[in-house]
Amino acid sequence: MARIDWREIGVGLVVPAVVILLWHMAAHLQWVNAQVLPSPGAVVAKWVEYLLPLQPYDAAAGSKLAWVFSGELVQDSLGSLYRVVVGFAVGAGLALPIGLAMGASKHAYAWLNPLVQLLRPIPPIAYIPLSILWFGLGNPPAIFLIALGAFFPVLMNTVAGVRHVDGIYLRAARNLGASGLTMFVRVILPAAVPYILSGVRIGIGTAFIVVIVAEMIAVQNGLGFRITEAREYFWSDKIIAGMLTIGVIGLAIDIAVNKLNNHLLRWHRGLEN
Amino acid sequence: MSEAHIVVKDVNKVFSTPGRDVVALKDINLEVPRGQFVCLLGPSGCGKSTLLNAIAGFALPSSGTIFADGQLVTAPGPERGMVFQEYALFPWMTVEDNVAFGLEIKNQPKAQIRATVDKLLQMLSLQDFRSRYPKDLSGGMRQRVAIARVLALDSPIMLMDEPFGALDALTRRNLQDELLRLWAELKKTIIFVTHSIEEAIYLADRIVVMTYRPGTIKKDILVDLPRLRDPAAAEFNALKRELGQLVMEEQQRHHNDELRMAAVD
Repeated sequence: MARIDWREIGVGLVVPAVVILLWHMAAHLQWVNAQVLPSPGAVVAKWVEYLLPLQPYDAAAGSKLAWVFSGELVQDSLGSLYRVVVGFAVGAGLALPIGLAMGASKHAYAWLNPLVQLLRPIPPIAYIPLSILWFGLGNPPAIFLIALGAFFPVLMNTVAGVRHVDGIYLRAARNLGASGLTMFVRVILPAAVPYILSGVRIGIGTAFIVVIVAEMIAVQNGLGFRITEAREYFWSDKIIAGMLTIGVIGLAIDIAVNKLNNHLLRWHRGLEN
Repeated sequence: MSEAHIVVKDVNKVFSTPGRDVVALKDINLEVPRGQFVCLLGPSGCGKSTLLNAIAGFALPSSGTIFADGQLVTAPGPERGMVFQEYALFPWMTVEDNVAFGLEIKNQPKAQIRATVDKLLQMLSLQDFRSRYPKDLSGGMRQRVAIARVLALDSPIMLMDEPFGALDALTRRNLQDELLRLWAELKKTIIFVTHSIEEAIYLADRIVVMTYRPGTIKKDILVDLPRLRDPAAAEFNALKRELGQLVMEEQQRHHNDELRMAAVD
């Protein structure tokens, strides 16, 4: 099992420490204007301020828990995550059945594939003007864009996964008497899971990129909105604090998806180590 | 043993490829009595796997008929369980789920499936591996699971396509002995494809030697050496010499054909 290797962690910390030190020196020795690049300390201070509740605790206004989470950063993060989760669920929820149908049926593939190939190269970002025209501002256009960003990776991988099921499994299953739904649910679907999950991983990554962009343009809260807003006030410390938060959340999502992958694919040959 | 268990009658199989047709099987006639252990022996390209696949129902003959257990073969089915060289275990299922899968398809009651699986895992010394995934097993263990999976179907006929071809010599002998024990106990009719002469003599009641393209039956001999057979015995080696000549003639034709094809290209 995973023993904590302090030596490896120590080695891993060297380069970030040097970068932060250089950054600190650049700010402290005024190599650059503090307006352009604030010191690491200023960023951390801003981050803490951004994290903490704006108002003092008032029992009349609500519970203690709600107060703890009333900080701007927490609210922005929750807003962004909410959009990612809903948008991804919509996109992947549509992509999975369509992909399974396209993978399993030659007819469905012949009917749908040309349209998919035509739409797929359009980056989700390019849908921003249209999504605002259709849905106005706020969550709906953002969720539409995120769903779109998650849809194609999940779709393409699901189609490929179903189409590339190793013939030997199909032969073995037919030999055991499997057909129809049993064949699909017990053999084709699990055999396609590694492909589908790699689509999920790409889809979540895309969803997270799209949410930030969507918030910069179409939404009045969320991390993407907050760092754009901060620019208007020349709050570079707040911009960087917001970016670091985006990075941490992105990393957390990636680790969570990875953990899920490893659990669902514990049978898979590629993961033995 | 009045009627043959497997009847192959006037079977031909032609693979059409652009440019030319390959006659893989030509006028094959074969009757296998119930409980017989038959090895199909020959070099690659002699159609032995094609014949096995035809009996299994994966690739039906271009002409002619195959009857198994009194039924015309038209599709693959659990009454003709197949063990593949590449194991073909479902990697997302544990050992016990792999063995149980065929029974779940038959909609057997859970308790009964459990009992059958327990018995088979015991029989093939797999009890300690029941919750493992195939990726965590050695080749020999995987093939044991594949055999258990087919035995679970309780089919009277077992088809085996070079099942031990990828195993090392010791594991191979070990599994051959295991297979002979199971065969003696369960009285299956087995058709076993191999290109190993020694394996064929060690296992079979009857060896069918096939020719390189077109695949025909070159020689059909009964092996009546007492079991367990001793590969070092004089009779064993006499048979090995005789079969070796037959197989090498076909191997030479295979080789010449390859050279000729290369010259054309």
